[in-house]
Amino acid sequence: MSNYIGKSVKRREDDRFITGKGTYTDDISLPGMTHLAFVRSPYAHAKIKSINTKAATSHPGVVAVFTGEDCGNFGVPCGWQVNFKNGDTMKEPPHPLLAVGKARHVGENVAAVIAETLQDARDAAELVEVDYEELPAVTDANAAIQAGAPLVHDDIPNNTVFDFEIGNPKPDVDAAIDSSSHVTKLNFRNQRLAPNAIEPRSYIADYDVTVDKYTLYTSTQNPHLIRLLMCAFVLGLPEHKVRVISKDVGGGFGSKIYHYTEEALVTWASKEIGRPIKWTSDRSEAFLTDAHGRDYVTTAEMGFDKDGKITALRVHSEANLGAYLSTFSTACPTYLHGTLAQGCYTTPLINIDITATFTNTNPVDAYRGAGRPEMTYLIEHLMDTAALEMKKDAAELRKINFIPAFDGVNEPGYQTQVALQYDSGNYQATLDRALEMVDYDQFRKDQEASRKNGKLLGIGFSTYIEACGIAPSAVVGSLGARAGLYESAHVRVQPTGKVSVFTGSHSHGQGHETSYAQFVADKLGIPMEDVDIIHGDTNEVAFGMGTYGSRSLAVGGSAIIKSLDKIIEKGAKIAAHKLEAAEEDLEYGEGKWAVKGTDKSIAFGDVSLTAYVPHDYPEGLEPGLDFSSFYDPTNFTYPFGAHIAVVEVDKDTGKVDLKRFIACDDVGNVINPMIVDGQIHGGVAQGVGQALLEGVAYDENGQMISGSYMDYAMPRADDFPFFETDRKVTPCPHNPLGVKGAGEAGTIGSTPAVANAVMDAISHLGVKDIQMPLTPERVWRAMNT
Amino acid sequence: MIPAKFEYIKASSVSEALDLLAKHGDDAQLLAGGHSLVPAMKLRLNQPGAVIDIGKIEELKNISEDDNHLVIGAGCTHEQVATSSLVKENAKALAQAASSIGDLQVRNMGTIGGSLAHADPAADYPAVILATGAKIVVEGSSGKRAIDAADFFQGIFTTALEGNEMITEVHVPKAENGVYLKFSQPASRFAVVGCAAIKNANGVSVGLTGVTDTAYRASAVEEAYNGDSKAASEHAVDGVEVMGDHFASAEYRSHLAKVFTERALNALT
Repeated sequence: MSNYIGKSVKRREDDRFITGKGTYTDDISLPGMTHLAFVRSPYAHAKIKSINTKAATSHPGVVAVFTGEDCGNFGVPCGWQVNFKNGDTMKEPPHPLLAVGKARHVGENVAAVIAETLQDARDAAELVEVDYEELPAVTDANAAIQAGAPLVHDDIPNNTVFDFEIGNPKPDVDAAIDSSSHVTKLNFRNQRLAPNAIEPRSYIADYDVTVDKYTLYTSTQNPHLIRLLMCAFVLGLPEHKVRVISKDVGGGFGSKIYHYTEEALVTWASKEIGRPIKWTSDRSEAFLTDAHGRDYVTTAEMGFDKDGKITALRVHSEANLGAYLSTFSTACPTYLHGTLAQGCYTTPLINIDITATFTNTNPVDAYRGAGRPEMTYLIEHLMDTAALEMKKDAAELRKINFIPAFDGVNEPGYQTQVALQYDSGNYQATLDRALEMVDYDQFRKDQEASRKNGKLLGIGFSTYIEACGIAPSAVVGSLGARAGLYESAHVRVQPTGKVSVFTGSHSHGQGHETSYAQFVADKLGIPMEDVDIIHGDTNEVAFGMGTYGSRSLAVGGSAIIKSLDKIIEKGAKIAAHKLEAAEEDLEYGEGKWAVKGTDKSIAFGDVSLTAYVPHDYPEGLEPGLDFSSFYDPTNFTYPFGAHIAVVEVDKDTGKVDLKRFIACDDVGNVINPMIVDGQIHGGVAQGVGQALLEGVAYDENGQMISGSYMDYAMPRADDFPFFETDRKVTPCPHNPLGVKGAGEAGTIGSTPAVANAVMDAISHLGVKDIQMPLTPERVWRAMNT
Repeated sequence: MIPAKFEYIKASSVSEALDLLAKHGDDAQLLAGGHSLVPAMKLRLNQPGAVIDIGKIEELKNISEDDNHLVIGAGCTHEQVATSSLVKENAKALAQAASSIGDLQVRNMGTIGGSLAHADPAADYPAVILATGAKIVVEGSSGKRAIDAADFFQGIFTTALEGNEMITEVHVPKAENGVYLKFSQPASRFAVVGCAAIKNANGVSVGLTGVTDTAYRASAVEEAYNGDSKAASEHAVDGVEVMGDHFASAEYRSHLAKVFTERALNALT
């Protein structure tokens, strides 16, 4: 029976969100709570000669002022070790809670001022006198590795974190490129982005001396991971005496995965002063210090034979990781990027070469898509550019290069040249549907006609694949992950048959309270109202790896299914006893165990009551109906799809008008179509934002010149047409729900479609390529040079 | 974002506001809609000792007309200006400029007087105010005076207002036809270039904003205009030192000034 799966059930959590009744960290106020303000470096690179805190300390209301000298030995770690090609360990300099000796990017914490009120803390922070000696700064990944570049960390040569290679041997790839009948080569930058979650980061730490326990309220995507990192690697705290709570969180997009210095600092300082401390980022601090995304400098070449079949792909990129290694920064340009280089094509030879660099900029880490949008842009932009160069149709060029359909059950998974094995896919199907939706033949006719009237219409494609639910733990461990990537779930059936589900996944906008309840209710055959989803508290949920990389349903959902299976299995023993039937004669459905072929049955609620009031009960069976599970997937999941953008370029101003956006995605089975559509819409908006509008910019001194919404162009509703979406379903063959993940698909797929559409509109004017974001001035210049 | 400490005083009339302004001198700032002052205070770029709130003064919130002019109270919100039938009928360009400011929430708070006094080089109103030949009526401790638009805007965030003066009204000559077109900065939606073109019995007049450190009357365009919009628009930045920034270089901005001047002139006919 399936009552809820596949239905667009309205989100239960939205009542409290849209009426302003959510409880975000900053909404919490504890008795005796103090407030913290940071003194941040105004320089990208500067020696800290001295810090005078006297005036700040004596300001009314100030409780304490801390500098790097006070907490100099604590530093936050990187969560993924990537080794150099020669086997040497990556360079991982200390990342102190407050700068020690040098400040390495604008916005780095230099001192912390704690006061009775936020006003006092802010006022006193202005009184901290820091004597800086400004040093030359480097902000660009490519400039950072040149001889003579300023060294971000004095003892790390060439600012190089590591170099990394994946794929086929380079000589083989070089030879294939050299002998190709056509080679498309692009040099481009995948620009840096600011994540811009609507809720700024916020932390409250509360050390209770009476029980020697800490509570940290934090706006994180993964409370258990924060607790583990902070206890084991930063502050050396006893994990069982630390509770981390992250209930309502207003968006993350990756930026709230990481363990930030501010988070550890408030926790440490709370014990120092013996009182609770709150810090909430303001928007200016968010621009400067929330981990950024992307920032690659790339040279990419794709070879083709005379028929247009891809012969090889060769890539070299420098990836800018900023001044310090954020938690998953090192995984992004490597195992979340190089491993996606197969795309959905049969490319026989691939070599990806990456150099990761330190610069005097804010740390860069995973941002919605994390390495995969960058690789998708690379491949898909090469494809459309190659089609234009070879005067082939971009849709046809894809068709002759697609990996043929495979379901992963009857046909095996597809082994790529870059380590991964795809689970299931039917790439042609999503493209065919998208072409139908856009009415491709008609569009080409319209385009030709409109060109005669001086209009510049263009169409762009992106047939992407991505990898979600990164796993299994043993594999990621062998690749350098310092954590497992499984998920836990605890399902507690209450005596009255109501069900509490404790999940290690974390919802910060995804709607888990609804979609999880839908499949739990269906699996048990009970009303959704009888199911409650609980997340975001290390005291309630046994363990969890949190939510990122579109993993929640595929990994967290599967863990819940495991617990539900155990409940149904144990319930059958109780039911068999009550029904005086053999267990194997029972079947479960519609909320009851029934004896096959009879009208004898017992309801879920009666069995659960019996489990807790075990008077008439199977001998030897433990009371209770309560199961925990851990689920470690056997593989990643691989959603895919086809996105098509239609644009018109204003030939006088260079402004790009996005006329249509078509997305046909295949994310496997769908629990709640409305929520999936919402994820796709939001993702597409973010991806189009990268193509046309967004970009973090630093000037030559390392000052951020895009540090507010006056200067950082976030996309808005009126920048978009209404998106046209549809989907195909190729179930994931290796998880029980058959789901693949939908959180990042929109972002990963959409960016190159838009950039390609602009090129299609204006390439006949002699334009070769334009760097993102495709601002009006860049497009105008390209058309007029 | 917490501003430095300040004293908040609410004025209920123009005369009370002027008394307070005289009393607090340079330490005071007038608060109307607060859309420029409050962000600057939150960033602590502006730390006035006293903030005099003139946002609730009813006598500043009227729009009326005489034979040749609209009389717009300085406290009228952008939304009031944008939706007033008097403004739409007699100063279409001004209504268009007002409706292009920010979003509805901003337009419901921000005021025409506040915007003019702030004199942001990328603000929308100045192009229209200059092109229409409007007068800015100000009152201060030495009395009331009307300043020609051409004399009012003096540079980046700089006007002819004295420290003890406040804007009370804007007198906008009625025009046969007018248009305001702008190329918006994608983040702030301020004007990268905004062009107002006004048609009246004496001919066509053109004002440009966003191009240089203050809005200006494009006299060279007006002189050259003989019905050929394209030829006249070539003079849009004559004698002007064009600004360049993160979103538009000087070269591109000059080009846009010409494009939008041509488009505005074309829209008049």
